[in-house]
Amino acid sequence: MGINILFKGINFQRLMGGLWVTLRLALITIGLSCVFGLLFGMLMLSKRKTATVICRLWLEIVRFMPQLVLLYIVYFGFARLFGWDLDGETSAVIVFTFWGTAEMGDLIRGALTSIPRHQFESAAALGLTKVQIYMHVLIPQALRRLLPQAINLSTRIIKTTALVKMINVTEVLKVGQQIIGQFYRQPDAAFWVYFVIFLLYFLVCWPFSLLAKYLEKRWA
Amino acid sequence: MNDTILHVQDIYKSFDGNGVLRGVSMEIREGEVVVIVGPSGCGKSTLLRCINGLEVIDSGSIYLRDEKISGRTKDLHLVRQKIGMVFQSYDLFPHMKVMDNLLLGPTKALNKSKTEVEKEALEMLERVGLKEKAYALPRTLSGGQKQRVALVRAMLMRPEILLLDEITAALDPEMVSEVLNVVIDLARGGMTMAIVTHEMRFAEAVADRVVFLEDGMIMEEGKPEEFFSAPKTQRAQHFLQSFTYASKRDKKSDKNNFED
Repeated sequence: MGINILFKGINFQRLMGGLWVTLRLALITIGLSCVFGLLFGMLMLSKRKTATVICRLWLEIVRFMPQLVLLYIVYFGFARLFGWDLDGETSAVIVFTFWGTAEMGDLIRGALTSIPRHQFESAAALGLTKVQIYMHVLIPQALRRLLPQAINLSTRIIKTTALVKMINVTEVLKVGQQIIGQFYRQPDAAFWVYFVIFLLYFLVCWPFSLLAKYLEKRWA
Repeated sequence: MNDTILHVQDIYKSFDGNGVLRGVSMEIREGEVVVIVGPSGCGKSTLLRCINGLEVIDSGSIYLRDEKISGRTKDLHLVRQKIGMVFQSYDLFPHMKVMDNLLLGPTKALNKSKTEVEKEALEMLERVGLKEKAYALPRTLSGGQKQRVALVRAMLMRPEILLLDEITAALDPEMVSEVLNVVIDLARGGMTMAIVTHEMRFAEAVADRVVFLEDGMIMEEGKPEEFFSAPKTQRAQHFLQSFTYASKRDKKSDKNNFED
């Protein structure tokens, strides 16, 4: 059976190592996207026209440009153009954060604007201070709107990191292909290796998706 | 002896150059219920919103007891703690249970102990017939129930005065009376109130004094029995006629149904 090859030598450990690269990349990206996304979201809501136009443009670019093209631009293009020798992982973090910031920012903007003005006023009418109003009334409600969507975006980011194998980052998919290469004489190796990788992605993303669904239901 | 709770002195307020309040003055004494009526856009709601600082007045002044409360930019929340307000759309906090809605103001703004307020809150909920909803989420309540909770929430702050801004305007007709009965109950209990409403029969029942506002000015004020039966100004007559006409027409259509 082809699946046995995964347990030969340190193959399984290698696969897990690759998975860790995937997760590390995703976690750094998600973290940075949250931080910059908050700024992005606030900029989108600002009264300065130029800021909102730039944000809109940024958002459109990441929505319509394939991530892979962005990766090539940064990894190969920047090296030629500016002489920056960025390694694959750094390039990936830059590109995915560029994307995640815009998408997360748009979600944060949506969450903030979704709270009716009346909520602020009725909290103010109770004699709460501005900080108390934000802490007890506005932010909890914004988070309830935001969290399910932010989690969904996070699973998309995790999945999309598979692209970085194209710029020579040895993440889980790349490791899998190396293992398949090792056992090229075994015709069903490819199926089993990819199947296990599919399972690994599933096991990582599924709990997030369940959590998002649960929160959506609970806070609806 | 001065038992004036609220003193509004010649206030002006305009939005984008449109004068919404144009020199309004009035006093509300302790325990008095003042009902403010007038056509849509006459400035009634704006007047209430100016009183608790949700809108900033252009000129004039507002006093609560002897304290000037208009024109301050700092510590507005301390003023609002003494002024209760309930709005048209039931603005309970949807992410909190009824009880947490009730506790928020007294425990956070007034630093009262939770157990003490909770006991008081349960008593008041029972009085308005909602004790069994104490730990429910707002979305499981009807509009009328939400407004009763909103009234309890405002009252738990033990305000000096309660401002009610068309609190039944967004309700289905069958829920109006359950809310207004609570207000009448509060009035009997001696609560000082300024009420904006379109419910003329309720206004007549609850008011100690009626203020008729039009075009941002007080056109007439007086005792409800005088104002509703014999309004002095033509504008007030006109305004009240618009209500009688509607009810006469309703009766007529009822009659037609019978004849058919």
